[in-house]
Amino acid sequence: MTMTHTLTPTADLATDIDDVARLLTPDGERIADPELDRWIGDIDAGTLRGLYRDMVLLRRIDTEGVALQRQGQLALWPPCQGQEATQIGTARALRADDFAFPSYRETGVVYARGGKPADFVLAWRGEEHSTYNPYDINTATQQIIIGAQALHAVGYAMGVQRDGTDQVSVAYFGDGASSQGDVNEAMVFAASFGAPVVFVCTNNQWAISEPVSVQAKFPIAGRAPGFGIPSMRVDGNDVLACFAAMRWALDNARRGNGPAFIEAVTYRMGPHTTSDDPTRYRDKDEVEKWRRRDPITRLEALLRARGEFDEAFVAAVETDADALAVAVREAAMTATTRPPLTVLDNVYAEPHSGLEEQRAWFGAYLDGFAPAAEGV
Amino acid sequence: MAQLTMAKAINEGLRRAMADDPKVLVMGEDIGKLGGVFRITDGLLDEFGAQRVVDTPLAEAGIMGTAVGLAFRGYRPVVEIQFDGFVYPAFDQIVCQVAKLHYRTRGNVTMPITIRIPWAGGVGAAEHHSESPEAYFVHTSGLRVIAVSNPQDAYVMLRQAIASNDPVVYFEPKRLYHSKGEVDLDVPLADAPPMGLARIAREGSDVTLLTYGSQVATAMDAATAAEDDGVSIEVIDLRSISPVDYRTVTASVRKTGRVVVTHEAAREAGVGAELIASVTERCFNYLEAAPQRVTGHDIPYPPAKLEKHHLPDLDRILDAVDRVMDRPNSLSGVLD
Ligand SMILES: Cc1ncc(C[n+]2csc(CCOP(=O)(O)OP(=O)(O)O)c2C)c(N)n1
Repeated sequence: MTMTHTLTPTADLATDIDDVARLLTPDGERIADPELDRWIGDIDAGTLRGLYRDMVLLRRIDTEGVALQRQGQLALWPPCQGQEATQIGTARALRADDFAFPSYRETGVVYARGGKPADFVLAWRGEEHSTYNPYDINTATQQIIIGAQALHAVGYAMGVQRDGTDQVSVAYFGDGASSQGDVNEAMVFAASFGAPVVFVCTNNQWAISEPVSVQAKFPIAGRAPGFGIPSMRVDGNDVLACFAAMRWALDNARRGNGPAFIEAVTYRMGPHTTSDDPTRYRDKDEVEKWRRRDPITRLEALLRARGEFDEAFVAAVETDADALAVAVREAAMTATTRPPLTVLDNVYAEPHSGLEEQRAWFGAYLDGFAPAAEGV
Repeated sequence: MAQLTMAKAINEGLRRAMADDPKVLVMGEDIGKLGGVFRITDGLLDEFGAQRVVDTPLAEAGIMGTAVGLAFRGYRPVVEIQFDGFVYPAFDQIVCQVAKLHYRTRGNVTMPITIRIPWAGGVGAAEHHSESPEAYFVHTSGLRVIAVSNPQDAYVMLRQAIASNDPVVYFEPKRLYHSKGEVDLDVPLADAPPMGLARIAREGSDVTLLTYGSQVATAMDAATAAEDDGVSIEVIDLRSISPVDYRTVTASVRKTGRVVVTHEAAREAGVGAELIASVTERCFNYLEAAPQRVTGHDIPYPPAKLEKHHLPDLDRILDAVDRVMDRPNSLSGVLD
């Protein structure tokens, strides 16, 4: 590592979206990158098609989520359109026994880890905080407190170290989260202990209405080396680059070299959530500019150029996407709300006299509404 | 039975918990070579190594948040917060993550984290070193909150806290670290009273005096002094302030008909307010007088030279006893 005695940031501002490593141009042309190329030597057409399919299915889940919210079936939905390459590219590079700590917007991570249709929507419907058991898909409940999960990922990785396995944990968070103490403390802890953790910062340019320039005057990836963590700034709309960068970071961790940091430069095409009105803070031109960098059409262009985008494939993906959308909708529409007394369940792992009393009281109260016994 | 200081009893509790369960690890600032600023973790680094006695970077949210991740992975972290007033940077992780993960995941993820906090005042310390933040944690569902008052309880309840699958905030009165008492180190945990059980520290028939942690000793002194005045005080050491053992508390109140609560923490919305509300709900018809609180003032913790005017002492407790006994007291004619 080198360091000059006068430390003057010289890179362009955090807002330079083209100062990124990429393997696919926005037009879908495959270009060389000396850092990334070595990580995708084995990627064949089948894998590329798989990534394409994943992104299309994710976008369909997202579209369905927005529609369900508009129809009053979900209370809220945090769209991830535009971020498919970042989520799918990084999550598909993981091993099943690695552990991911995603944020609320990482629907694609939950999908890639094996989430079921109900897992995408029931939390937003308000039926559960988490529909899945984190240990079933080695993925923590999606985090709403900005940045908190970065520390959980590091702690998990410290546990992996103690267990002597070669698993890796991953912390997903946004550009806004990079301002949080937790994320910075996570980098300190990860570097200090050499924990096998990968930080994936999804820089989608906005933290609700605050542009990334409010969070950073220097590319966010540029911070990691200051913590002693190697980093890479990749094109977050280039699924191949995200996949390759993640493999680099995972390999680094598996070989015992500790943490790595990836900043994926991408864009949130939709509102922050269905409650948000992005027209108040960003202009149309910006959105249109990013529409031309769409991650799905980019991979489509590559597949077309290689003659891998035939009609049968497209039709098969469409069919799968339709089926998934139906399943997601059905999961929302057929959801049943748990019985009232279960609000008191699982607050503690062991008996708690205070809550037991409240349960007894609330149970008796609820029983008062039971239909009177026949003949009484 | 050994005569041990509370500090040594806690140290021994940690040692045995670590020896019994390889998943137990301790983490915090200065807890390794130094053995903690109070030497509570003394000798553990040598015995268990740096993988299990973790000197962390100086970041409380970092310590607590990584403990969450370790618990996710199946470990049982025992976190030392260096002083009561330094727990606030970790507050978000404690109340939003540690306390809620079991509920959020419908019981799939447990958080068997013990949060040890050297606690409360009376030791002439600098600012931020004498605080009583327990009400914040008592108010948070998903946490258990323990405050110990003697070496035997400190030893047993620490081991119970570590063994518990729930997160436990464990307050250690730093004023009592060097007070000695009999400790049965080999008491089988299964035979010890469960962690949530209150202890009748002294039997009496006229007034129930409820307290915990650092105030137990003061309450006992007050009870002895009151005896000379012909008032019989029953002192209850709550030990657990979430949950509270209301069975023991109400049995006492039904017997005495009078309640005084004392704690160091400020009064407003404090543990005393909760105790009195709960006792009143349960025992209203048994009460002979309005329950009384003796607490710290509603002020930031004062400079050390003035702390004796903040901490409830024997005389302020006796004054409250006079109030519930309807005898002349400092409020006679002042408040109606
Ligand atoms: C600690 C905390 N503060 C504020 C919020 C409210 N909030 C939710 S999302 C968000 C913006 C986060 O931006 P970023 O980290 O860039 O992630 P993105 O939403 O863009 O994916 C804010 C402020 C929160 N959830 N948690």
